Amino acid sequence: MNVLNFINDFFSDSANWHGTTGIPHRLLEHVEYSLLALLISAVIGLPIGLFAGHAGRGGYALAAFSTAARALPSFGLLVLMTVWLGEIGTTPAMIPLVALAVAPILVTSYEAIRSVDPAPVDAARGMGMSSAAVLFQVEIPAALPLILSGLRSAAIQVVSTATIAAYIGLGGLGRYIIDGLAQHTYGKVVGGATLVAGLAIVTIGVFYLVERLAVSPGVRRGR
Amino acid sequence: MIQIDSVTKRYPDGTVAVDELSLEIPDGSITVLVGPSGCGKTTTLRMINRMVELTGGRILLDGADIHAQPVNALRRSMGYVIQNAGLFQHRTIVDNIATVPRMLGWDRDRARKRARDLMDRVGLDASLAKRYPYQLSGGQQQRVGVARALAADPPVLLMDEPFSAVDPIVRKVLQAELLRIQAELGKTIVFVTHDIDEAIKLGDMVAVLRTGGKLAQYAPPDELLSAPADAFVEDFLGTDRGIRRLSFFTSAGLELTTAPIIAVDSSAAQVAERTKASGAPYLLLTDTDGKPLGWTGPAAAAKGGAALSVAELLPHGRPFVFGKESLRDALDCAVLSPTGWAVAVDDGGRVVGVTSQTTIAEAIRGAHAERGAAGSPSASAKAAAAEAAAVDPAIAESKAAESKAV
Repeated sequence: MNVLNFINDFFSDSANWHGTTGIPHRLLEHVEYSLLALLISAVIGLPIGLFAGHAGRGGYALAAFSTAARALPSFGLLVLMTVWLGEIGTTPAMIPLVALAVAPILVTSYEAIRSVDPAPVDAARGMGMSSAAVLFQVEIPAALPLILSGLRSAAIQVVSTATIAAYIGLGGLGRYIIDGLAQHTYGKVVGGATLVAGLAIVTIGVFYLVERLAVSPGVRRGR
Repeated sequence: MIQIDSVTKRYPDGTVAVDELSLEIPDGSITVLVGPSGCGKTTTLRMINRMVELTGGRILLDGADIHAQPVNALRRSMGYVIQNAGLFQHRTIVDNIATVPRMLGWDRDRARKRARDLMDRVGLDASLAKRYPYQLSGGQQQRVGVARALAADPPVLLMDEPFSAVDPIVRKVLQAELLRIQAELGKTIVFVTHDIDEAIKLGDMVAVLRTGGKLAQYAPPDELLSAPADAFVEDFLGTDRGIRRLSFFTSAGLELTTAPIIAVDSSAAQVAERTKASGAPYLLLTDTDGKPLGWTGPAAAAKGGAALSVAELLPHGRPFVFGKESLRDALDCAVLSPTGWAVAVDDGGRVVGVTSQTTIAEAIRGAHAERGAAGSPSASAKAAAAEAAAVDPAIAESKAAESKAV
């Protein structure tokens, strides 16, 4: 049996399309975990990265922090958090996902602001714009493509890593992979992996649309 | 008036960028800060809007210390133009220009209307309003930069090497446009450049700074050229400052003669008579409208104007506009003319007379005697030049008529 047969079997089994173990439900769970992790990461990472970039300070600390965060094994952290917090639930699942996603958001948003052309920033300050207005009206619009690229790579990593939540009894697409491995039903494993990959591609598509809508044509085509 | 009073900028590492600098920048005129790199000219400019904070002395704006008001209020009262325009890439041209009015609380429509008025003022086509900066040439972007700085009608305009990043042809156009806009608006402009020719062309007053942030000389450009304060200023001005100073002398008083001028439809007898009367070896042939065609050689004199083909004529070179262009232009025309005579024309390009290098040399001597070779500090050379430029064509013609009588 090759991979395509596995995929065919998995997706043509009507049992996989209904109920709380069905694809729609698992997909929704996966999206919910991913969105929540991305939201928390953005709420932490964006303000720190953007303000550090604006102030031009803390770059070294940010780089050191995110290197360390990237070195953390997500799965190990998941198990550790479950044991430490003594509970099975969303919190221990979120901690490794956020640790994973914060790093690219922090570093990219910092670098995005730092790499904005200094001339318009100088002009904005010279015409009497407040520091916050310079950040929100000049730096962020110009840096938006890079900021979004940081969010995008964080989102993709979260989508693919959220599968580990299944290890601590949570839902999501990881269920198919973990259950499939345990039951030696490789159709499930391959099917789950295909869904995760598909969701990652959809994520890229969503970010492409967001960029089309949010980034000024003057910045998009001017680069 | 902006008073810069013993201002010093010393950085924490001990570097002194500006050293005890004192300048009085008069209202409604262009004051240029010029000097080699490291002379502190940009630092001085940036201390006026507190982009750089001074460490000694004080700067007064209309008698009040610039630290008396909040820094952003101070900056909003001054237009600021920088080298690469520094436009906001994400905003359209009209919204770039509307930035400061919007900051001052104008509603969007009023700010955009003002922005469109300014586009017209700085010579930008209205069709560019909805474009983004990347779609504009460097020269157009710099015009937007000037319009943006003028948007809230600030009394003061600070310009930091605004034209040094554009090519020489565009720079010349932008310089002329700035003088035109300034003639209409009469702002107090502080202009930084490293280009002494730009300083002389634009400045009502020029402050030459030397490395280390010390003032070398502060004078009108005419005086700077005629009486440089020391070897540094003289060296900085370059070698042909005597010739360049002539651009501050009007050609209005130049003696012209109409004797060697004949129309193309003259008869051979008229030509012969003119040749005898003028005593000049060449005659200037004009078309029936009075526009110059070229110089005839002595041998052609017998043939009569109508018989001469343009191919036989010597080129007349570039004519100068009498009374509007300077003695420098007149001299240049004479030097470039194959006959050594310069052709003076009116605004319509019709010949009002011709003049020889000898006559121009006399006029130069006369102008120097009148103005003083060392320059007269009391009289602004720019004012004289402006007066000359404003000479009514009718007066120029009557002057030409006078010289005809001679």
